[in-house]
Amino acid sequence: MTDARTAILDRIRASLSVDSGPVPGSAADYGALPRTYIRAGKLDPEARLHLFLERLRDYDTHVVATDAASLPRTIASVLREHDQKKVIAADGLPAEILPADFAFLPERGVNLDDLDSCDGIVTLCTVAIAWTGSIVLTHGPGEGARRLSLVPDRHLCVVRAEQVVETVPEAFERLAPHATQPLTFISGPSATADIEMTRIRGVHGPRFLDVVLVH
Amino acid sequence: MTIRVGEAEHAPSFQKAALPLLEDAQLRRNVRHATDVIQRKRGIVVHETEDWQELRTAGSAIKAHTLRYLDQYLLQFEEACTAAGGYVHWAGDADEANRIIVDLVKQYSGSEVIKIKTMTSEEIGLNEALEQAGIRAHETDLAEVINQLGGDTSSHIVAPALHKNRSQVREIFRERMNLPGLSDDPEALTAAARHYLREKFLRVKIGVSGANFLVAEAGSVCIVESEGNGRMCLTLPEVLISIAGIEKVIPRMRDMEVFLQLLPRSATGERMNPYNSLWTGVRAGDGPQHFHVVLLDNGRTGILADPESRQTLQCIRCGACLNTCPVYRQTGGHAYGSNYSGPIGAIVTPQLLQMRQAQSLPFASTLCGACYEVCPVKINIPEVLIHLRGRVVREQKSALDPEALAMKTAAAIFTSRRRFEAAQRLGRIAQWPMVSHGWMRNLPGLLGNWTRVRDLRALPKQTFREWWKKRAKHAPNTPASAPLRAARKLSEDIGRD
Repeated sequence: MTDARTAILDRIRASLSVDSGPVPGSAADYGALPRTYIRAGKLDPEARLHLFLERLRDYDTHVVATDAASLPRTIASVLREHDQKKVIAADGLPAEILPADFAFLPERGVNLDDLDSCDGIVTLCTVAIAWTGSIVLTHGPGEGARRLSLVPDRHLCVVRAEQVVETVPEAFERLAPHATQPLTFISGPSATADIEMTRIRGVHGPRFLDVVLVH
Repeated sequence: MTIRVGEAEHAPSFQKAALPLLEDAQLRRNVRHATDVIQRKRGIVVHETEDWQELRTAGSAIKAHTLRYLDQYLLQFEEACTAAGGYVHWAGDADEANRIIVDLVKQYSGSEVIKIKTMTSEEIGLNEALEQAGIRAHETDLAEVINQLGGDTSSHIVAPALHKNRSQVREIFRERMNLPGLSDDPEALTAAARHYLREKFLRVKIGVSGANFLVAEAGSVCIVESEGNGRMCLTLPEVLISIAGIEKVIPRMRDMEVFLQLLPRSATGERMNPYNSLWTGVRAGDGPQHFHVVLLDNGRTGILADPESRQTLQCIRCGACLNTCPVYRQTGGHAYGSNYSGPIGAIVTPQLLQMRQAQSLPFASTLCGACYEVCPVKINIPEVLIHLRGRVVREQKSALDPEALAMKTAAAIFTSRRRFEAAQRLGRIAQWPMVSHGWMRNLPGLLGNWTRVRDLRALPKQTFREWWKKRAKHAPNTPASAPLRAARKLSEDIGRD
């Protein structure tokens, strides 16, 4: 008996042999695929950010805009607004963006119970998409391991204006150097509509998502 | 090889299974409501996407291209995934896949697993196989929890419990989660599920998932979801086992830019679903440190061999064709006797089963074409349905079967003008005992199935062609306009063959 791998590949090749005509290389064919969809956005920076914020709010994300100088103060006020005390900061977050008068737990050393019982976490992101209201984490420095932005109840994500692109294809261009890192696209807090298609916010992932936009 | 698709081989015919469901007013209300809501949401987000048709064209072309080079892309995926620390297994059929997964769970000394919703695992009957090996499988998608605790099966690819309403869900949760005071507010029901599953997410060491996409270039796997149960299962356990049909592979990461626009809008009517996860092999210090992918054939290579229905394998399981289908919307998913229901189920299930079972499914459609119109990867489902109907009649019925015989005769008549006109003349004479006031209401024999629910116009005394010929003879000298002259010329040309 041949092994399953050989058998499946043989069956695939036999199935494809019914096709008539010469088979050019897959790479040449791939290059000829029709890609007439919109790649680059058309909005000016102001309109792009406006769309981003509107789309975030549309999917229940809490949004605050600020500038670089006020960022630490803004982060502190968002955390206090929701009465968060035990907050974990992703490893690699630049110290200058964090409020000095707020005691953060560092990500390294926390266990699952800490994540489960904390009030929230703070991370950066790699890119954000205005058109879909999404933030994308590649889990490098400042973005935390995947469980950090998953188990806790509240996620505060700092997004810089220059990280916001308009379209999904533009986001993938920026993600190309990170292709083999874990990628997490987050569009609003976790949600379900499994019961009568009623959208319920907050199932297993964070029930609340705060985006602080810096520009 | 033992190809299996859930319990489809033992399921009654669609026509038989649909009857009791059509009597269930509650079920029909639930299905109608859910599909209406998704369709309305989908309509809004598709309408606002000005390059929707271009995205469909690209999605369809990428999938067709991948299938054309499927062996190469699978090998590329295997190599990249392995290089990134993953293990790739190949399973020819359902039993083989189940055996591989059961052995892996035992190898890691597991007695239970947490699962992300996967249609492929329902296809191969994984939960039953795990159960038989003494391994508990916990579903974690809310709808799958409802079905698992309620002893029910999926009725929809994306929202498997849409046939249940809130009070039915409450009854299941009250009893199975031991929460006698639970209300039927969806928010309270969701909170109950969150609490019920939290402990399992934090404790169980082995996760099982399907895959929405496999990226050949990088060896990455993609899971698209909403609740975060997916992220829990693919991040927190020590071991992750992903099962994927071989058709799930796509060439490169940049192709995700197409599918991540098509899938959420089609499936749940969202611009983007809350979570998409992509990961590549194993990452030190983040997520499972043991990662296995099981590539499943289970009849897919058979579909690949039929050029006219190969497009079936382009499906990205969005469920849009179910929501729009006038047949599905009446019966719900259980009538299809398979975890794959609706129009896509009607072409996937019988083909996976090599057309030997589930033969009634290609007939469970009105061929209205709504499914083709909404399909994000442009699978021409009506065309495939007609092709499969032909295969059922040609391959499965003996040459002396009355329907096969009638179809053969019809084919012979329709391919020759002379025979066709002779049949028309004969029909005009032969029909008289059945005609009353220009209608045929009771055809004999097999044809009676048609007239039982439809009225058929009697053949007219004169065909258009006969009328046209006569008309031309009576008015030969009328000065004819250019279009009329062209039409006459055409009619004479046609008359000559």
